[in-house]
Amino acid sequence: MEMINIKIDNKNVQVPKGTSILDAAKSIGIKIPTLCYMNLHDLNTEHKPTGCRICVVEVAGRKNLVPACATECTSGMEIKNQTMRVLNARKTVMELILSDHPAECLICPKNGTCDLQSMAQEMGIRHYHYKGEQSTYIKDRSIAIKRDMDKCIGCKRCLTMCNDVQTVGALSSINRGFMSVVAPAFQMDLSESVCTYCGQCVAVCPTAALTEIDHTSNVIRMLADPTKTVVVQTAPAVRAALGEEFGYEAGTLVTGKMVAALKDLGFDYVFDTDFAADLTIMEEGTELLDRLSRHLKGDETVKLPILTSCCPAWVSFFEHHFPDMKDIPSTARSPQQMFGSIAKTYYAEKIGIKREDMIVVSIMPCLAKKYERDRDEFKTDGNPDVDYVLSTRELAKLIKQASINFEELPNMDFDKPMGESSGAGVIFGTTGGVIEAAVRTAYEIFTGQSLHKVDFEQLRGMDWVREAIVDFNGTPIKIGIAHGLGNARKLLNEIREGKSQYDAIEIMACPGGCIGGGGQPLHHGDTNILKARQKALYSEDKNKTIRKSHENPYIINLYKEFLGKPMSRKAHELLHTQYFDKSNPVDIVKD
Amino acid sequence: MMTICESNVAKIKAICEEFNNDKGELINVLHKTQHTFGYLPEEVQEVVAQNLNTSLAHVYGVVSFYSFFTMTPKGEHPINICMGTACYVRGAEKVLDEFKKLLNIKVGETTKDEKFSLSSLRCVGACGLAPVVLVGDKVYGRVTLDGVQEILDEYK
Repeated sequence: MEMINIKIDNKNVQVPKGTSILDAAKSIGIKIPTLCYMNLHDLNTEHKPTGCRICVVEVAGRKNLVPACATECTSGMEIKNQTMRVLNARKTVMELILSDHPAECLICPKNGTCDLQSMAQEMGIRHYHYKGEQSTYIKDRSIAIKRDMDKCIGCKRCLTMCNDVQTVGALSSINRGFMSVVAPAFQMDLSESVCTYCGQCVAVCPTAALTEIDHTSNVIRMLADPTKTVVVQTAPAVRAALGEEFGYEAGTLVTGKMVAALKDLGFDYVFDTDFAADLTIMEEGTELLDRLSRHLKGDETVKLPILTSCCPAWVSFFEHHFPDMKDIPSTARSPQQMFGSIAKTYYAEKIGIKREDMIVVSIMPCLAKKYERDRDEFKTDGNPDVDYVLSTRELAKLIKQASINFEELPNMDFDKPMGESSGAGVIFGTTGGVIEAAVRTAYEIFTGQSLHKVDFEQLRGMDWVREAIVDFNGTPIKIGIAHGLGNARKLLNEIREGKSQYDAIEIMACPGGCIGGGGQPLHHGDTNILKARQKALYSEDKNKTIRKSHENPYIINLYKEFLGKPMSRKAHELLHTQYFDKSNPVDIVKD
Repeated sequence: MMTICESNVAKIKAICEEFNNDKGELINVLHKTQHTFGYLPEEVQEVVAQNLNTSLAHVYGVVSFYSFFTMTPKGEHPINICMGTACYVRGAEKVLDEFKKLLNIKVGETTKDEKFSLSSLRCVGACGLAPVVLVGDKVYGRVTLDGVQEILDEYK
């Protein structure tokens, strides 16, 4: 690699040719402020639209200031990051951005976590110098995501996530000049668009232009209602990230404190979605084995690969973009929905209350779960299996609002029976985890032998698309894993073209899986945070006594007492679902 | 739900194929499509998006960016008033206002009888004739306020 010598603020630096000024500065500890720029290391996603001009620097011999994020270093370049000209230009740029931004920080949902706010603070902005017209748009409240484009600063990070990473294509930059705004086609609401509610746009939005629909007040109301029994479930990825909202280092597991906080908040039963993840493995694993053994026997009606179906954004994605393949994914419901369904039948009956008196709340790393709970298939006479979904961020807000001192909380255990889970259920929260959990159970059922080593390292990691062959005692099972919907699209195209070699594929919509979900504490572009969360989940798995879903005694008991066996009639009714063709909003009629 | 008839779908398909269904040719495809239909309604954009294998949001993004593209049907006689610098300083805005007043429509709209539609554009390259008005392909130069009614009368 060719190395070149440059100078930044009179310091000599040697960098590989092609390095941006921003990265070169970073390599010697010089921070150049950025706003629209985003670099998701490890995920090969760099966003540098050079739209905001906050990162401008002075280069000797050039008349104009240049954006550091998108300017490559050239040999002998002399860069100045701290001249009056640079500082004044940045301040002016910032003040111009603020001139078209509502000054309502105190009551804004992003207060304290807004990149624009912290940049204004860092730059010491104390006046609004430019008073001009402010753009106003209709606010769009979908089932999961709220769009308030008055607060958009035009960084277009959401477009990179929606169009390049996820290839969903719900959003675009529309109109021109002052009226230019990010919106779905024809400025329709998100709910009418092809949006999957994956929430990755929300996860990277620097301001409150894109936020989740907040359900905390609904939950507070339910907790205060003495006629309601309020049951809560927490998804695996939440425990690995919630701590960040309370100042813990990324990757700190706060499972016990989270349970204690939920009990302090007044939830009647604190259960675990991991329990339902174990249940998912029983159903999905059985379905996989069923399809596989029929396939091995030469049954040509069997469709392989089987695709996981735990992720609602992924389900929505194939319903919109690949409806011709909607019979390939497993029919198993997601853990959230299995939990809701079992809670409002089996458990409500067990504790002797009526369905309508039970409120099921989910704590999810995900915004698509807010949409999933609202799907008609998951309602009985209009009463949903899951009543409210709070994101990890909303739970943190709820805990803070209740003045609970999180750090001082003791470690508490989930309630039984629906709070007990295996290590397999825990790793559902990371890319590769669902398929590893499925393999642990499917292997033992298929071969009739016990697994000596339950850790399948070959399925783990952070690469966008991974594949591995697992030896089922002489039968090689070819497994594919993809996270990020753009990568899912690649695997689906292979299947459509008949080129896919896989027996089973795991797909999660978000980068890193649920640990990188749209409802998680904001990572502000630092993908090391995702890796730390992933590590945390594998360590919780390792520390569990039971690490295979089919060995969870409470799952065994649930089948004995209530469901019969996996894929039974009752299991089908309560734990499986169907998918719909949501493509093509154009009706073609005869002339 | 949006509806479109089979023959129109076939027309769009043919245009897209002419450009090898290349999404990089979106602007050219939209030009030709608008030339065929007179405007680009929602359902037409959706079919274009499907054929070029791109998102509807992206197609709409392009349609809404360029003032040449329109989503409302043009009148039988589309009127364009040049608002380029030369025409502007020689009173194009007043001419435009007169058209608005007489037709009782705003810029971008079409009269109820679908006879006239009103648009403005930037410089047709006939600055010596400023202010310039186009009706269809016909050019009218040095248009005065009194001349506006005369122009309209030609098409009544």
